[in-house]
Amino acid sequence: MYSQKVMDHFMNPRNMGEIEDADGVGLVGNPKCGDIMKMYLKIENDVIVDAKFKTFGCGAAVATSSISTEMIKGKTIEEALKITNEAVAEALDGLPPQKMHCSNLAEEAIKAAIEDYRKRKGITGNNQNSFESCQGCCKKCEDVHDDFHEEE
Amino acid sequence: MEKTIYFDHAATTPVRPEVLEAMLPFFTEKFGNPSTIYSYGRESKKYIEDARDKVAKALGAQSKEIFFTGSGTEADNWAIKGVAYANRKKGNHIITTSIEHHAVLHTCNFLEKEGFEVTYLPVDKDGLVDPEQVREAIKPETILISVMFANNEIGTIQPISEIGKIAKEKGIIFHTDAVQAVGSVNVNVEELNVDLLSLSAHKFYGPKGVGALYIRRGTKITSFMHGGAQERGKRASTENVPGIVGLGKAIELATANIEGNAKYVKRLRDRIIDEVLNTIPYVRLNGHREKRLPGNINFSFEFIEGESLLLLLDMKGIAASSGSACTSGSLDPSHVLLAIGLPHEIAHGSLRITLGPDNTDEEVDYFLSVLPEIVGRLREMSPLYEAVKNKNKSKK
Ligand SMILES: Cc1ncc(COP(=O)(O)O)c(C=O)c1O
Repeated sequence: MYSQKVMDHFMNPRNMGEIEDADGVGLVGNPKCGDIMKMYLKIENDVIVDAKFKTFGCGAAVATSSISTEMIKGKTIEEALKITNEAVAEALDGLPPQKMHCSNLAEEAIKAAIEDYRKRKGITGNNQNSFESCQGCCKKCEDVHDDFHEEE
Repeated sequence: MEKTIYFDHAATTPVRPEVLEAMLPFFTEKFGNPSTIYSYGRESKKYIEDARDKVAKALGAQSKEIFFTGSGTEADNWAIKGVAYANRKKGNHIITTSIEHHAVLHTCNFLEKEGFEVTYLPVDKDGLVDPEQVREAIKPETILISVMFANNEIGTIQPISEIGKIAKEKGIIFHTDAVQAVGSVNVNVEELNVDLLSLSAHKFYGPKGVGALYIRRGTKITSFMHGGAQERGKRASTENVPGIVGLGKAIELATANIEGNAKYVKRLRDRIIDEVLNTIPYVRLNGHREKRLPGNINFSFEFIEGESLLLLLDMKGIAASSGSACTSGSLDPSHVLLAIGLPHEIAHGSLRITLGPDNTDEEVDYFLSVLPEIVGRLREMSPLYEAVKNKNKSKK
């Protein structure tokens, strides 16, 4: 079901843990739906110098958390905000269709952590809209992916 | 990787060598169509009737009351739709439970669209149906009651005989889905007061794709497949002879030592239940502690998600199952776990282990030795556990 890359990140998650003095923390998902992702960022001069995560969720949720921390480390905030769920899934050599919502969660966790950082700094973000795509339970996302499949 | 430890007997079981051996001739030299009159065909007919006798004997029924089907799902569909359509003039109300297998639930959902009314009875925290609630749900329009014998996820065994008595008293047809029970515990249609009973061969070391429906004589039910005269015209189509022969052999073997096997499996089950509840914190047993299938264990581990747990167990060579959304193919966790009152987040962390007589103490030892580390590892990764740990810390 999962690619080798997903299994590798699930079995050997990179950057799992907490950052005690994080500059931004994002918590997304909903325990009701079976996945929660918490992203901790350390940011210096608008560059993400460290990222860690904790995740409650399936194999795909853990793997997307793990790889997304790798993808944003060393990136500027602006660059990190441009990372899409498709890019996360692609970096894992793909995800099964019913698991695509897990990659949304990673994208949202990054955005939420950056939002939190900006809030702390007194900067209002311009990314509010990006949160509207998913409201807790990802039923909506599943619908989107179903459509996506019909187009294929 | 070491050898696989198979802890998913509720999903399916391997075909026993004796069963396979009994089936094989019917693919090749004994391939004749049972409906023909030359000796080739007549011979296979004889073997079908022999299998029917074996099923009847196992259930305490008459051979004429056993009808072979293409699966347990088909037997459930037939029982429910067949009674609903045949008794439509009498009424349109069906009573079932909220924890049935989808073969029953989705059939009932379908009938609702056809104009039938269905009551889905709740269950208590252990997954038990209250017979008095069944009685109270009965209306003049009620034509069918369908309550599963034993639940496939949490293993809870229902008071079928008591519910059957109520149904009998009220003159309502009573069906039970005994797919998980047949071959594991004694099932006798007279003691149970049932009119219809579904079973499936692959749950008791028989082949997949063959089942049976017991239909008590005099039960009003429509035919399931329309066509030839097979199964006395009630379920047309050329018989799956190897499958039926396999089912017959498998039920004979399973019932021959049913009590010995149940006792053996139960001991392994209780070892796992006791040890896990005693050694791992934040875990609960789902389903009734005593009134449960001898091989069924269903835990919820708080703060972790079931699919992750299954993947890590799989890496250790252990095959098990879960009621988490991620494994069900939908986004909701199992309807059974929600029906017994588990919050969603705890339902997501469920692990089902179903044992069979082919499991050993060594396998149980190995499982018990790897489980705590796996649970611990996932909890360390979980932001939900972090919150609990921090709360406990601040209390101290
Ligand atoms: C309780 C119950 N009913 C029905 C079925 C369906 O049986 P089958 O797989 O033969 O269609 C199953 C098996 O998954 C079951 O556990």
